[in-house]
Formats: sequence, C-alpha cells, structure tokens
Amino acid sequence: MTSHGTRCSPVWMAATLLLMCLLGIALGSAVGSTGLESWLKAWHDDVAWQIVWDIRLPRSVGACAAGALLGLAGSIAQGLFRNPLADPYLLGSASGASLGVAVALALLGGNPFATEWWVRLGLTGAAFVGAVLAVLLTLVLARGVQHTLRLLLAGVIVGVVLGAMASLITLMRPDVLQGMQGFLLGSTSFIGWTSCVLMLGVLLVCLVLAFVFSRVLDALSLGESTALSLGLPLAPVRVALVAVLALATGTAVAQTGLVAFVGLAAPHLVRSLVNAKHNRLVVLSALMGGVLLLAADLLARMALAPQEMPVGVLTAVLGGGYLLWLMYRSQTPGAKP
Amino acid sequence: MSARAPALRAHDVHVSLAGQEILHGVDVAFGTGRWTSIVGPNGAGKSTLLKALAGLLPATGRIFLFDQALMAMDRRQRAQQLSWLGQNEATSDDLRVWDVVMLGRMPHQDWLAAPNAHDHAVVETALKATQAWDWRERVLGQLSGGERQRVLLARAMAVQAQVMLMDEPLTNLDPPHQVDWLEQVRCLTAQQTTVISVLHEIGMALHADDMVVMQTGRVVHQGACADATTHRAVEAVFEHRIAIHALEGQWVAVPKLPNNQGSP
Repeated sequence: MTSHGTRCSPVWMAATLLLMCLLGIALGSAVGSTGLESWLKAWHDDVAWQIVWDIRLPRSVGACAAGALLGLAGSIAQGLFRNPLADPYLLGSASGASLGVAVALALLGGNPFATEWWVRLGLTGAAFVGAVLAVLLTLVLARGVQHTLRLLLAGVIVGVVLGAMASLITLMRPDVLQGMQGFLLGSTSFIGWTSCVLMLGVLLVCLVLAFVFSRVLDALSLGESTALSLGLPLAPVRVALVAVLALATGTAVAQTGLVAFVGLAAPHLVRSLVNAKHNRLVVLSALMGGVLLLAADLLARMALAPQEMPVGVLTAVLGGGYLLWLMYRSQTPGAKP
Repeated sequence: MSARAPALRAHDVHVSLAGQEILHGVDVAFGTGRWTSIVGPNGAGKSTLLKALAGLLPATGRIFLFDQALMAMDRRQRAQQLSWLGQNEATSDDLRVWDVVMLGRMPHQDWLAAPNAHDHAVVETALKATQAWDWRERVLGQLSGGERQRVLLARAMAVQAQVMLMDEPLTNLDPPHQVDWLEQVRCLTAQQTTVISVLHEIGMALHADDMVVMQTGRVVHQGACADATTHRAVEAVFEHRIAIHALEGQWVAVPKLPNNQGSP
C-alpha cells in the first residue's frame, strides 16, 4: 500500500488535518438549501441562527466526530488483526451495531434519529453490544486472526447475515421502518448536539485507551510470538482493544447509521503519507476519518442539491472503488495490500 | 554436553498442537554462555521445542530458566531474560528500523515511559553490531529480506537477555552476513549470553559449541559439535544422506549422492 518516498511529519499532518476539520465544519455550517444567507444573517435572525446552530453545525461536527470514531476503529482493527483490510465493516461490527439498534427500536419503539439523551444513550449501548457480539462471532468463525482471507470472509458473512436480520426486524415493525431505512443507508441529516456531545465524549475515551494500548499494536506488528516474548499481556489488551473498537463503531453507527469504508480508507491514507508508530497512527487516523466523512457529507449535500444523497450511499460507492483499487494494487507484482 | 550449569533445561516436555502430540517427553539442557544449535529433519519438532522453551506454547512437563520454573516467572521478568527471534513472522512494513529495534527495550520500560538514554545507547549498539545503523531512519518495507533479518536480529539483541532463542536466524542472509552472524554469536557467548538456535544448514550448525539432534518429536542426541558421536547422530537422522568431514579446521556437512553423482 505504502510508497516509501518522502513522508510528511506526523505533527504537520495532524495540524493540517485539524485545520481541514475546522474548515470543513465552517463550510458545512454555510451549506444548505438557504445557502450562505442563513450564515450571514445568523447573528440578527432567529430562524437563520436556528438553521446554522441547531441543524448545520451539529450535523457537520457530528459528521466529523463519527468519521473520527470510524477512522480510529479502523486503525485499531488493522493493527490488532495485523490485517490492512480489516475495518469495522469488513469485520461485521457495523452490521452488528445496526442490528443492536434495530432490536432496541423493535423492543422499545422510537425513532433512530430521536434527539433525547436517554434514546441516544440507549441506542449507543445497544449498538455497542451488537458490535462486540459481531466481532466475537467473526473471530470464532475465522478461528482467530491468523488467516487473512478466512477473517475477511467470516466478517463479510457475519455482516450480511446480521444486516439481513436487522432488515427483517425492521420489516416486522412498520412503525420503525421508515426511520430505520434512512438509518441503514447512513445519514448525518438528523445529528443533534446530544449526539455530538456523546460522540465527542466517546471519541476522547477511545483515543486515550487506544493511545495507552498502542505499544501492544506496535509489538503485534512484529508478529504474535515476538509480542508475547516481549512480556506484553496480549490477552487482556486484545479484549480491551476489541471493546474500544466496538465502542467507537457502535457509537458512530448509533448516531449516523451505516457509513461504510471510512474506517478502511482513513488508516490507509495516513500510512501512505507518514511513517508513524501506533500512538500517532490512531490519532492521525481519527483526524483523517473526520476529514473524510466531513468531505463526503458536504459532497452528499451539494451533489444533487437541493436534494440530498444519504452520505452512507456516497461513502459506499467511493469506498468500494477504493477497495477495488487496493485489490488491484495488491495483485500488482511487488505491491502489498 | 557442557559441564557448566544449565541456563535453560526442560524435563519431560510434551507439546500438542491441534490435538496432535508434536513433542514426546523431551529432556534437554543448555549450558550457560554456550551456543547450542538444534538440528533435525523437517517435522522433527525443532521450532516447537524452541517455542516451548520460550514459553510461547502451552507445554506440559517442567522448564527451568536459571533454576526458576519458567511458567511461574513474572511475564516481564521472563521477557528480560529470554529473547526471541522468530521465523517468517509477519511484520509491518511501516515501522522505522529504529522503532523496530526500540521495541526490544519494552521488557525494561514502564508502560507509558519514553525510552531513556540507556535504551537509546543499547539500540544504537545493536544496530551497529548488525551493521544496520545506516538504515535506522528507513522503514522495514524499504529493506531486502537479508537487511530486514539483520534489523530483527538487532531487535532481539536489544533485549539484552541472558538467553537468546533464534528460529532460523540465517534466513535470507547471504554468506558474508552469515559469517557476520557467527561472529556476533561468538561475541554474545563471550559475554556469557546463552544462544540457542534452530538451523537447517548443518554446516553452519556445526560451528556451535553444542548440538541437540531431534527426530519425530524427540531429542535423540545431545553433545558437543566436535564429538564424533554427535556427527554420527546427525548423519543417522538424515538417513545417512549427508556426511560430516573435517575441512581446514572446520566441520562441514556434504550431501552423499548415489554413485558419486556430481563429484568432481
């Protein structure tokens, strides 16, 4: 994947990505059916203020936070499973999270895009449980992480089966059908400040935990036996990292629905630009994920204006192309996946 | 065998993988400050024994490291005393050579502590000893197989363990760098480091102080590399298709071709 020519400094890259996030959020607050007008009038006009502050800004901040959670989850998955194609989707965790949300809605009723605190927390909890169970199921079916093809196939099978179960549950409950449809396509349209605070809080916790455990990811990159020989407590750290991966994925999926491939592309792009240990890679992948989903969200809002495209559809199309390119690269002599 | 006190010894060690017993009651001892090579045909259980000695595989029986039960030792204490260099382990191409070798200092560092001046000095010494110093800013993906192997050897050396276990350490090394490796092992044993290596190249293995000869999951002979009984044991496990001779003060293993095919 990586070309080892001139590389960026991780600090410069972090600063650039942070700046791009801020610019993307500012741009996101100016884009919409009323255009710049609302933005310019925001200080004088209550309606314009409401559009910018209550709709556009949380949407952009939320897109950035969800992308950061997915980018972080992707970098953990790729380091933990020593597999450059591992991501929250290909491991089935995103589908598990969506099934968790579907089960919660079917049992308790409600709207997946409701903004109340208790609904958001409940859905996030359900998504987390679904994501953990999905990853564990993938690992059981793949009989560990050693065999790349088996791991990916198991992840795809788990993803398809759990996705089908989520659709079936949704069909059996017509009252949640419409909301779940938008949710399954992936959307940032209904993110409110509650979701933003929740995602940013979880992101902070996950970043700290990923940073603390990053030395294990570095050691694992030299192989399992070497990591064990260095005296690292691999088993408990693996459990903790799977929990962090599931929490990050579940929290993002519970707020935005299924947004594919950000978790795959973000760490790849970072590794193609910098050589960094995992303590920096996890932070940079989170920032890159934030930039990617913000960019996709802006594109989804502008591509068919005044209509909007679900951002999950756009990332699926772009991400699918990226995955195909990676496959093509991996088949090129001398290239790595 | 060496008369010195053993650094590492195993009694009645059994290892099963996927329900199949690979090692059948192995008894073996490795003298302190000596280099022992483990040899045997494919499937003899050499790598399995090495992993069991490193505590990397679940094994029954007893293994002692400097008279302490290996599995009862604290994980970190064990990592400080036993260094491991594996064979064909997947490695990330994205890590810098310096960072890879610094990973060898992990057993000596606190969890979130930054490397100190001593860690830097040890890494520098290991990189220079394996002639990998000039690549310290490159990433593994930019190195050839032999260069990568030298970096991984430097990583194992950076642990500064009293016992080093190496599985096929000569993989990808060209003959001059194989000689460098031999010299490096001699330096280590001169500093009382115990080196145990699995080697396929019998000619290289014969340079060791001692040899452990394995066949079908059992140790069939242990002895000094210079002993004629050791030579006979090696020839026997390879079905007498190799012969060990003295040549210019060294022991060499040559294939025995039927009807002298290929002889000059």
